[in-house]
Amino acid sequence: MVADYFNNYITLLAFILTGMVFLSLVLFLCRLVAPRNPIPDKFTTYECGMIPMGMYWSHFHVRYYIFALLFVIFKIGTVFLYPWAVLFRSLGLFGFVAIIIFWAILFPGLLYAWKKGVLKWV
Amino acid sequence: MSLLQTILVIIIELAAALGFIMVTALILIYMLRKVMGHMQARLGPIRVGPHGVLQTVADALKLFGKEDIIPAAADKWTFRIAPAIVFTASLATFSFIPFAPNIVAVNVDISLFFLLAISSLAVLGIVMAGWGSNNKYALLGGLRGVAQMISYEIPLVLSTLGVVMMTGSLNLIDIVEKQKTMYNIVPQFLGFAIFIVAALAKINRTPFDLPEAESELVAGYNTEYSGMRWAFFFLAEFVNIFIISALGTIVFLGGWNGFLISLPPWAWFMIKSYVLIFFVMWVWSTFPRFRADQLMDVGWKILLPLALLNIALTGLVILLREGRIF
Repeated sequence: MVADYFNNYITLLAFILTGMVFLSLVLFLCRLVAPRNPIPDKFTTYECGMIPMGMYWSHFHVRYYIFALLFVIFKIGTVFLYPWAVLFRSLGLFGFVAIIIFWAILFPGLLYAWKKGVLKWV
Repeated sequence: MSLLQTILVIIIELAAALGFIMVTALILIYMLRKVMGHMQARLGPIRVGPHGVLQTVADALKLFGKEDIIPAAADKWTFRIAPAIVFTASLATFSFIPFAPNIVAVNVDISLFFLLAISSLAVLGIVMAGWGSNNKYALLGGLRGVAQMISYEIPLVLSTLGVVMMTGSLNLIDIVEKQKTMYNIVPQFLGFAIFIVAALAKINRTPFDLPEAESELVAGYNTEYSGMRWAFFFLAEFVNIFIISALGTIVFLGGWNGFLISLPPWAWFMIKSYVLIFFVMWVWSTFPRFRADQLMDVGWKILLPLALLNIALTGLVILLREGRIF
């Protein structure tokens, strides 16, 4: 049983490693087959045929950051829901009320963000 | 089992998974071109091989012979690692899919949770591709991709919770075995609807294909990618379509449980998965793209409250039926 348990996770690890190795291998083979003719124009950034202006590692809109924050809050909420959902039947009414209270605290956060106009994509 | 046997089994599983992924991607790309072609009153590919079946093979070979270009302005290592993360995430996600009661590579007690968790690692690859390219289209595509994928991940995860509550297990095989008499789509129809919408957004498919919106962002986060590196993004995308359809089949459509006629379990599983894949392609070729603000509205203001409502309703109904409240 214990061996089975670890086997599964070792298999998963093997899948992850294989993904990396396979990609490297294909790119390596590709390097052997593909032509190689480096001219400077090939390595310019694409900008619809114009000469690219400036770097793009600069400011971007704050809205992405706000959505990322909201995501973290609600994702943690959903992570707490998983063990609860598995044990739902044995927890019964007590567990149900408890989780309703949990979301009654978390959900007004979304309503607040909504009211404040944070969810508006401007 | 001895250590050697275990290693041998793992190697066979890996080879089978890689082979299956390649073949599935070739089939899905061909299928997409044909489905889309006929829906737009065209023929689709027809020249290479009978009815153009070898078109995707020819395309793969062409990509293989392309020069590997990394733009001079790009952040070299971020640029290189991004496709590896996206591809590895979909390969690792694939390992959790049970095709039949005994055809599954990784069978852990929390496979549903693990599957969803690992599939969301692809977001990292997309933001790295967008940022590492140092290209304005790629950056916009990458950021949009992240905003979209994280916003729709919450409804996606919540929509499966109703099923988990009914089943009492996070193991995908247990979830299928519980659907012997009735498929979860009947009691969990709301959950299924949320799942489908959120899944389309999660795999960046029309009407939610904003990260690579061709008409405004050239090719989004993979604008700077070409040749084999681009092919891995493309491969991962099609594998993700298969995975999300397979997940929908497992969680809501009864997996390998058949009806009327008896077929081997894996055959039922594949038929149902391909029905869902066809549905994805159908939507793909008929719907226009959402605007970014509409996308966020649907995710946060409609799907998230609906998903929570679904969980509350499921809990209430289960408690009422078991007589735990009155």
